[in-house]
Amino acid sequence: MPEPERGRPDSRETVSVYVVGFFLLVVLPVLNVLPAEDSWLHLSDFRLNQFGKFLAFAILALGLDLIWGYCGVLSMGQGVFFGFGAYCMGMYLTLQIGTESVYGSELPDFMVWTQVKELPLFWYPFKSFFGGFFGAILVPVLFATLFGFLAFRSRIKGVYFAIITQALAFAAWLVFNRNETRLGGTNGLTDFKQLLGYRLSDPSTQRGLYILTVMALIAAYLLCRWIVASRAGKVLIAIRDSESRVTFSGYTPWMFKLFVFVVAAGLAGLAGMLYVPQVGIITPAQIGVLPSLEVVIWVAVGGRGTLIGAILGAVAVNYGRSVLTNYFPEAWPFILGGLFVVVVTMFPDGLLGMIRKVTDRHKPPAPELKADGRTAA
Amino acid sequence: MTDQNLILQCENVVMDYDGFKALNNCNFRVHYNELRVVIGPNGAGKTTLLDVICGKTKPTSGKVLFGKGTNLVGKNAEDITKLGVGRKFQAPSIYSNLSVWQNLDLSLKRASKGVFPTLMGQSSPAERARIEEGLETIGLTDHAHDRAGSLSHGQKQWLEIGMVILQEPSLLLVDEPVAGMSDKETEQTGQLLTKLSEKQAIVVIEHDMDFVRQIAKIVTVLAEGTVICEGTVETVQADDHVREIYLGRAKVAH
Amino acid sequence: MVRGLHRLVNYVLVVGLWTILPIGLLSSSALAAEAGPPAASASASSVSPIEQALIEIKSDDAAVRSKAAALLIEQGDARLLPTLDEIRAEADRAVRQTIKPVIDLLKNHANLTSEQADTRRSAAADLVGPGRPEAITWLEEAAATERVWWVKYTMDESAQLIRLRSDEPAVKRAAIQKLGELRSQNGLSALKELVEAGLQSGATEAQRALADAAQASIGQIDSWGWWASSIETLFRGISLSSILLIMSLGLAIVFGLMGVINMAHGELMMVGAYATFVTQQAFVAWLSPEHFDWYFPVALPVAFLAAAFFGWVLEATVIRFLYGRLLETLLATWGVSLILMQAARVYFGDLTAVIAPQALRGGVQVMVGVYLPFNRIFIIMLSIVCVLGIYFVLFRSNLGVRVRAVTQNRNMSACLGIPTRKVDSYTFAFASGLAGIAGWALTMVGNVDPGLGQNYIVDAFMVVVTGGVGKLAGTIWASLGIGGLNKLIEPVSGAVYGKVFILVGVILFLQWRPQGLFAAKGRNADA
Repeated sequence: MPEPERGRPDSRETVSVYVVGFFLLVVLPVLNVLPAEDSWLHLSDFRLNQFGKFLAFAILALGLDLIWGYCGVLSMGQGVFFGFGAYCMGMYLTLQIGTESVYGSELPDFMVWTQVKELPLFWYPFKSFFGGFFGAILVPVLFATLFGFLAFRSRIKGVYFAIITQALAFAAWLVFNRNETRLGGTNGLTDFKQLLGYRLSDPSTQRGLYILTVMALIAAYLLCRWIVASRAGKVLIAIRDSESRVTFSGYTPWMFKLFVFVVAAGLAGLAGMLYVPQVGIITPAQIGVLPSLEVVIWVAVGGRGTLIGAILGAVAVNYGRSVLTNYFPEAWPFILGGLFVVVVTMFPDGLLGMIRKVTDRHKPPAPELKADGRTAA
Repeated sequence: MTDQNLILQCENVVMDYDGFKALNNCNFRVHYNELRVVIGPNGAGKTTLLDVICGKTKPTSGKVLFGKGTNLVGKNAEDITKLGVGRKFQAPSIYSNLSVWQNLDLSLKRASKGVFPTLMGQSSPAERARIEEGLETIGLTDHAHDRAGSLSHGQKQWLEIGMVILQEPSLLLVDEPVAGMSDKETEQTGQLLTKLSEKQAIVVIEHDMDFVRQIAKIVTVLAEGTVICEGTVETVQADDHVREIYLGRAKVAH
Repeated sequence: MVRGLHRLVNYVLVVGLWTILPIGLLSSSALAAEAGPPAASASASSVSPIEQALIEIKSDDAAVRSKAAALLIEQGDARLLPTLDEIRAEADRAVRQTIKPVIDLLKNHANLTSEQADTRRSAAADLVGPGRPEAITWLEEAAATERVWWVKYTMDESAQLIRLRSDEPAVKRAAIQKLGELRSQNGLSALKELVEAGLQSGATEAQRALADAAQASIGQIDSWGWWASSIETLFRGISLSSILLIMSLGLAIVFGLMGVINMAHGELMMVGAYATFVTQQAFVAWLSPEHFDWYFPVALPVAFLAAAFFGWVLEATVIRFLYGRLLETLLATWGVSLILMQAARVYFGDLTAVIAPQALRGGVQVMVGVYLPFNRIFIIMLSIVCVLGIYFVLFRSNLGVRVRAVTQNRNMSACLGIPTRKVDSYTFAFASGLAGIAGWALTMVGNVDPGLGQNYIVDAFMVVVTGGVGKLAGTIWASLGIGGLNKLIEPVSGAVYGKVFILVGVILFLQWRPQGLFAAKGRNADA
């Protein structure tokens, strides 16, 4: 019996991906532009922008799904890489404000009022867009390579690794909060005016950024799909199932873990880079312990080990949060906490698992892998 | 019985856990294409011996010479695997969430098992044929695309044996392959192992004496971390020291 | 004859009148001149100097006032204080300004012989400010009979500090030397001034000599000071580690023995702290103030039980379904942690103040420059008690054997008739109670707010990870190490970088020993 051909995902999934992709990429922006403002079809600028933010988060979640959903490595520090990406782009945008800033100097505002006389050296690469762009990907990637190398090579596993990444998130938050780090301290970087000549306050710029985000998400999804469908993707799942057997099959598990960890960091950086111009601000509050944990809950709620689940979870949870904090701001931590407990104890397969259970009731049992909501690519 | 015929030579291997010697100056030799069975009471150090050979544990002292005289001590487990040592564990360690085919596919011996080759590579037709052959050998052709976790215990054991065979090791280490199997399955396993030993050396740890009699030519008896007797099944069963060990007058190691 | 007697009497009267009257007049005017302008209730001649001074201190003439003040200081004592207070209450600003130092000095002078050591000591310290020479005598007199070494030290020091202000170089010189011998921290600023003066371009020979002597003394004081602050830092490090240790013990039991990661452990500590607060409020509301200090010992069992209760509930509702699935328990308990934190925020608000009970305020001055507060000493002792207690229970009692049996082999233990569910519940509840105790202790040295647990949880986990899963000894050493290291680095690089440094240190440490400080040896499967 021939091996299933590599790279062809479940056909239902492909169809739904195309449909959703089309919807996000084409339909939504059209709804923003074409219908009149008071028509119920019209998608407000605000909503489109919000969606852009959610989709950036979805890219972040994809990375975590790779390392956690497939390889079983829980990282509670994805916020750090997200933050590196966001800050890199943020630095570029801050320098672009130039003399339009409150103090009118070439130096960023926060440097003026913390008495910094000249631009610190490490800001220089971010004077150009390419500095911001490549930095946003490279800085998290390099850092993840170093951190992952140290951690995985010494066989730090499972819970220990999770705790270490949490401590990392905590430390990063502490460091970014300091004024000496010259990154805006607690207030972060904000008040951006323009990107590559386009005014950020202009709806068409935001629309363009939204489209870019969707395209990036699609690209990220395809990349993850490709990894997961390859034999390496199977090795990842194998590592989760029985790491010692993987070693005794001749593979070096820590290298595979490092590889996906770095990919996840790169995706997180990409997400941060797309987030910052759309949301307009980045502060240390987005890179600490709690935001890093929220990424985990997005993936868990959506359905880990499915890629689609990660995207679904990111959008669903964040959308739910924006709705709920409007009406019940104090209740959100309760709900978030509750989500953690409920999803982990009662719905380990997440939303996607529940959907599949319903839709699969009418299908004959297929050779799908059902344990813990992970499916064959 | 010249030295050139030896695929494995353990010399004075000691494994000391904080004062407790799991292996105490163990000297163990295996010839090419030999099917050797190792028996011994609980705690004698059998599994530890296999751990040391395949690189899972680093011995306190001693040498493990493989093939042309390569000392395996200090090498990584994955490197030792690539040199040609395969290990089948006591509890079936397979990839429950992958299909049988995928389990075998991952185990197949390949030119490179690094990250990028594994990412890019596809199985060639020859490789696919080998997997199919493996499936037949272990009798799981009909279950090729089933999830490995859904197999019965015996089938899982065979799957693991299949996975190890596909690595094309020259030395196969098998730890209690028939534990939990029915009589029929046990016999089938015995036939499989005997057939395999035509092409590779196999060391089997077992307790089931019927099974041992079925497959063994030479039996090594391990007790308290050292080899106390070696010979045919009859020789070993008649040996006084061995009887003492099994019937309990010796100290029981913990 | 009668006419002769009558004339004699006349003569005597006239002579007498003519002699006595002038003499009387003359002397009364002399007296009047001495006493100055007569006050409203002045009488002719029976006024004591002190009483006179009390009058004159109200004068409008500054010179007169200061003379009166000087006299009162020299000769007066504490009995004058009520009167002086009265005068001060009614007087105008100028008089008040003159009287205040008098009052202070008299008070301090009196307090030098008070019954309370602390009062004596602070009186001695306060006498340095005004710098009156009379104080020197008082201080030296008091020091001669003083028993408590720290009070005597302060008296000696204060006397020397006042001496230092004298104009005579010899006296100054002697004082400089004495201050050096005393290793006086308080003398540093004055000594530094002298050194500065000597470095000026126009300094005289004498000034430079004094400057040299002062420099030598400063050297002595500084080197002692370095030792003293190191010891204090060490002590603070240990006390911080103790709290961390109590926290980590609970976590080590839960993680190491039971194989459960409880991210809500920090919030259980918070529960203990809030329970203490609530007990305090209850005492304030329902009991009289003299019983107030008892709230603290009462709060200990309350904190323990409250935290144990929450832990018990947590185990029964969430954790029991997730045994063996570490990452899942980590996430689920994080959710619980969020819920608890928000609940505290909503119910108690963001800041709560707990007042330390009387018995534990203050501390002991072990040597010059090293002051060890009682509450931190108490925390250290508490943690030692906890460690010993846990050790004995776990390793030397039947209960402990059962607990360890269940955690090592649940099924077998069940077969042997050990009620595994109960053991699980109670063990978890007990470990949670330990966190509650840590919270109770923490109220003495920190604020109680909803984020309390978060500060400690990351550290506590680092301790467990470094110390090695399930190893009591490892937990102890790791918490001493991490807590102590934290404190040691703090003065050098600040608390923040200290934490970062420690994180990096732990990661590097785990490179070298991935299983922690005290690794579990033998055939254990990977954690």
